[in-house]
Amino acid sequence: MLLGGGVLASIASFLYPALRYIIPPQVAESGSRSVVAAKVADLKRNTGAIFKFGEKPGILIHTAEGELKAFSAVCTHLNCTVQYRDDLHQIWCACHNGKYDLHGRNAGGPPPRPLEEFEVHVQGEDVVVQRKA
Amino acid sequence: MAGVFKQLIGWVDERFGQGSVEAFLRHKVIPLHRHTVWYYFGGMTLFLFIVQVLTGILLLLYYRPVPNAAFESVQYIMTQVQFGWLIRSIHSWSANLMILCAFIHMFSVFFMKSYRKPRELTWISGMLLLFIILGFGFSGYLLPWNMLAYFATKVGTQMAGSVPGVGKFLLVSLRGGEEVGEATLTRFFGLHVAILPGLATSLLALHLLLVQLLGMSVPPGVQKAIDEGREKPRTMPFFPNFMLRDIIGWYAALGVLGALAAIFPWELGAKADPFASAPAGIRPEWYFLFAFQTLKYLPAKLLFLEGEFAGMMAFGAAGALWIAVPFIDRKAGFSRVGRFFTGLGIFALGFIFTMSMLALL
Repeated sequence: MLLGGGVLASIASFLYPALRYIIPPQVAESGSRSVVAAKVADLKRNTGAIFKFGEKPGILIHTAEGELKAFSAVCTHLNCTVQYRDDLHQIWCACHNGKYDLHGRNAGGPPPRPLEEFEVHVQGEDVVVQRKA
Repeated sequence: MAGVFKQLIGWVDERFGQGSVEAFLRHKVIPLHRHTVWYYFGGMTLFLFIVQVLTGILLLLYYRPVPNAAFESVQYIMTQVQFGWLIRSIHSWSANLMILCAFIHMFSVFFMKSYRKPRELTWISGMLLLFIILGFGFSGYLLPWNMLAYFATKVGTQMAGSVPGVGKFLLVSLRGGEEVGEATLTRFFGLHVAILPGLATSLLALHLLLVQLLGMSVPPGVQKAIDEGREKPRTMPFFPNFMLRDIIGWYAALGVLGALAAIFPWELGAKADPFASAPAGIRPEWYFLFAFQTLKYLPAKLLFLEGEFAGMMAFGAAGALWIAVPFIDRKAGFSRVGRFFTGLGIFALGFIFTMSMLALL
């Protein structure tokens, strides 16, 4: 019993540091809450563009009606980067045919959750995208 | 030459006992019957594994496992290094053919019920080798750092991340962080060239030792015919008769590999861009197509589970069941045919084939 316990404790004391070693140190997220996603003139109606928001991609959409919308571009299903489909007027993920409407709501296919929506402001020529408070 | 060979055998015999080499070589015989052709696929898988090791070592001379150089280094191998295109294409083609041969070997063993007593451990070691081979495929796929590889890795690692409890640990351990990036490439490289080869070599040694010790299995149907006197038991010595036939097959495979690599050089695609959308028509390698297509059909929620997790659970359970088949299929006695498991095998093959075809449409 004592010997068994000692062996188990030894194994645990070898394994614990190894398992901790596998997990890399936390990297601080980019603190920026807003980013210039595009120039107003660059984005035609009924098109979308991927922009860099910190370490993750976002998608900015100029809808057919002329509205500007921005979401996280990371599909909530299995992490692929989504795109805007001008023929469907929807956000589409090519990996597993997931679909989202222009409010970011999961509207078809396997995605389990909506896309995170960002606030969009036009400042001069810039389209500024900001995380919601 | 023959003299040197005899001297070598004599040297070994002196140390391990008279006739030990001959006894070892003559121990294994190959049963001859209408299904004997399937016995070649294990050896063919082994041959392609050796090709992988050799071409992999050559690729290591130029490959650089960092995101800003990996794609360029493969491009360099393909365009600048003499015969680099050939080495890389053979590595890719051989990887695919090895997986195909491993699957054929596994299913032939399954349908011939070679897993039954006393070969349960041979089956288990073979199944683990098959999983390791798929791990080679998955980890090696990322190394050229192209678009398809990048998203395939995102999807694959995210699936591991959906396991309750340990998902986060698995995801971060595989990716080396929250996202697929430099740390992921480093880890996958380590997995591909050190961890998996080490595991594969050890398991392969065990698998081959078990095959040598236990000999080749005779399918229950053939055994029954022999027992009832309808068929005569026929065998062929493994050494040298079957081995020479094996070598002819390997020689032909080398020719096929060279031809495939020359006529259809393996594509490199576009460099991975973490800030680009997943391209339309994206799909994984053919051996993961059935899983990919199944995931497409799963709804967001299945009862109280998330769709992809339910799918993973189902695949995990199927894999575990497959490994445990020798212990579940009690009917596969020495000369009886367990029809249920044969049916299960046909269903599995049908499912894999149908889903893969649907993914290609």
